[in-house]
Order: sequence, then C-alpha cells, then structure tokens
Amino acid sequence: MINKIVQTMAEAMEGIKDGSIVLLGGFGAVGQPNALIDGLIEQGAKNLTVACNNAGTGRIGLARLMDLGRVSKIICSFPRSSDPVVFETLYREGKIELEIVPQGTLAERMRAAGAGVPAFFTATGVGTKMAVGKEHREIDGRTYILEKALKGDVALVEAWEADRWGNLTYKQAGRNFNPVMAMAADCTIVQTQHVRELGELNPDHVVTPGIFVDRVLHVPYGDPSGF
Amino acid sequence: MSATTADFKPFTRQQMAQRAAADIPEGWYVNLGIGIPTLIADFVPLDREVIFHSENGVLGMGPAPEKDKIEPWLINAGKQYVTMRAGGSFCHHADSFAMIRGHHLDLCVLGAFQVADNGDIANWATSENDTAPAVGGAMDLAAGAKRLWVLMEHTTKDGQAKLVSKCTYPLTAPGAVKRVYTNLATIDVTPRGFVVTSMAPGLSFDDLQARTDAKLHLA
Repeated sequence: MINKIVQTMAEAMEGIKDGSIVLLGGFGAVGQPNALIDGLIEQGAKNLTVACNNAGTGRIGLARLMDLGRVSKIICSFPRSSDPVVFETLYREGKIELEIVPQGTLAERMRAAGAGVPAFFTATGVGTKMAVGKEHREIDGRTYILEKALKGDVALVEAWEADRWGNLTYKQAGRNFNPVMAMAADCTIVQTQHVRELGELNPDHVVTPGIFVDRVLHVPYGDPSGF
Repeated sequence: MSATTADFKPFTRQQMAQRAAADIPEGWYVNLGIGIPTLIADFVPLDREVIFHSENGVLGMGPAPEKDKIEPWLINAGKQYVTMRAGGSFCHHADSFAMIRGHHLDLCVLGAFQVADNGDIANWATSENDTAPAVGGAMDLAAGAKRLWVLMEHTTKDGQAKLVSKCTYPLTAPGAVKRVYTNLATIDVTPRGFVVTSMAPGLSFDDLQARTDAKLHLA
C-alpha cells in the first residue's frame, strides 16, 4: 500500500542535508508552508539555498531561518516585501547572497526543471542587467537570453487537500508557486489543511498528481494572515 | 525645470486612471501593476467585460471586498484582498506567467520611474547599487504583454523629468512602452518619439515641454 502521509514533523523533515537547495512555496503568506518552515528550523540543516518569491517577513518563518544563519543564498524575485528586516540586515552586512530573478523566469526555471528541460530562451530581461553574462540568441528576429532550469533538492509546499497517494488540490490564490515547485524537486514535502480518503478527490480537480509528491503532513491551521 | 505661471489643473490620480480605463475596450485581458495602475479597475464598469489578471495566478479579478467578505486566500500581486468575478479562474505561477510571457495579455499598465522616447522603461531600481533590488514580475510583463502602457506622475516630487531622452536608471525592458498617461498629458510612444495626444486643461504645449526632458511632438 502506498502511503505518503507521515505522522510527525521529524519524519517529514528526515534526511534534509546541509547545503540543500530548498524550494519554498507561497506568495507572501498565502500558500506558504509555515509549519514546514518551522520544521526545517527545528531539523537543523544549514548552508541552505532557498528559492522563494519573497525573502521573509518580520522575524518568523523564512526570516527566522535566515536570522539563525542557516541560509547562505536566496533566489527570489521580490525581496522587498513587507517588513523584510532580517533579509535586508543580512544583505547589507554581506552575510547572504542574493540572486534576483524576474518572477516569470523564476517560475519557468522550476517548471523546466520539473519537465526535464535543462535551459530555455526567454525575452524577459533582454537589454537589462539581468542579461549580463548570459548567452544571447536571435530567433525569428527577436533576441532572447538563455536561462537555466532550477532544480531543488527539497520542495516545501502547502496544499488545501491531499490523499495518501500525494494528490493535491489548492485553495484560490494559495496555488501560486506550489504546483511548480512540487514538480521541480527530488523530495517534495507537503503540508495540507485537509487529508482526504483515496478516491475522495475528484480526479478532474487534482492539480498536482501524486507522482510529484513524496511526503504529506496534515497541518490544519485555518487562514493565512500577515503578509 | 523652468517655472511657468500658467494656470492649469493637473489630473488627479483618479482622473489619470479613469482616462486610461476609458481606452480599454471590452474583451481585453489586462494586467495592472502595483500602485496607481491598480485604480484603473475602479473605472471599468462591470458590464464592460474587461478581464483583469494578477500574476499570482488570478484571472478575472474583481474589486476589493467589503470588510466582512474578505477571502483570506484571495489576494492580488500587491498582496491586497480582492474578489473574483463570475467566470474567473485560478492557475499556478508558471501558467500565470505563460499568459504574460506567451503574449496572451492584451495590455499591461505599469508605474515607472522613467520612460524614454524610444519606449525604454525603468521601473524597478533607482540606482545600480540599490539595496536588495526587487523586480517581481515587471520584466516579464514589459517584455511579454502585447502592449505596455505606463501610468505615472509627469515629474518627480522635486520636479525632475520622468519622460526622458535616455533612462538613467536600470532598464526594466528596452523599447516596450506604447503610451504614457501622466497627470499632465497622454503621450504615445511612436517611431518619431513622444507624441502628445491630449493635455490637462489650461496647460500649454510649451508648459508641458518645459516639464519634459525628451522632445515632444504634437499629434
């Protein structure tokens, strides 16, 4: 019997190594797997590279992970979210490396990784400082730059519903980066608000098929708040 | 910036948004950037079916909810609560940016620090050494939408021109802007440069040119 549902946070976090690339779902607080981030803090892996749209808020969650000195590099599109005090301090002091990536390029780099595409050409960033040092190619009269796939060792994802095969649904705008990251990592770990019996999820409504998912932890917490 | 004594009335932010909204035809798919462009949605009547896209995977976005009808999971790219219109849909980030990068959006309206008369736009960083620059989806939108309009004040708060012959801030995209709505005028970006199509009441062309770095042309 396949059962990807784990009972404890320790099981969910097992084996995450120092130096891992961690893909972190969410857009602001919506769809962000906060319990799993706290689990990663507890688990202890360090020298992490984190890919996430934002760079943490206040002193909790991702900001706390950074504050504890566990993140050496962040790959994101928008580090200037509300109250990014920890990130800005670390960045100013040269204690964290920043790779700024246009949001669509960030999503596509992970989608590509999940689809086995090693790199792709895009018009986004051409003629800007994002293009410096990147391969340029003219295709049918327009110039593009080459962007490489971004594969994670681990993805931390928040779902609305999950079953024991790892099939997932999402709630409203909580979907955002989560399905993309789920397919782009070697080990995809999910926190879900609701666990459903196998067969209970309508196959037409499954957004992330279980093939992309490794572990599921039931974390009912209510509504997101605090962006 | 040469001072003039002309008695004219700049457009308010609401009027700027209203003027842009009036130029959006029914049926267009439109992304509105954070800031003043967001106001445009308030001036498109619900019976004119314009479909608003937000890059966090929301298509068919409606106005802000009443305080007691907030859906905590329903936010826009500015992380403000929004509503969903009948016919709306959600998608993930890669599909949302496929809509942008795959030229499916008819229009994107962004704010900007500077726009040059060759259509260059600078709207994400104010200097080469900006602390923690934040680009978000601006470069994808500028490079990918079928057309890009800019909605911004004509000058900075201290009177510096924002419509320039060459952007001095880091570019978001080269040659992307097709039209600019400011508090003083509406200006098309054409092969011959900035072409003024309308001005605030009481403002003369010379007054407008005095507040603009690049050369202006009359339509």
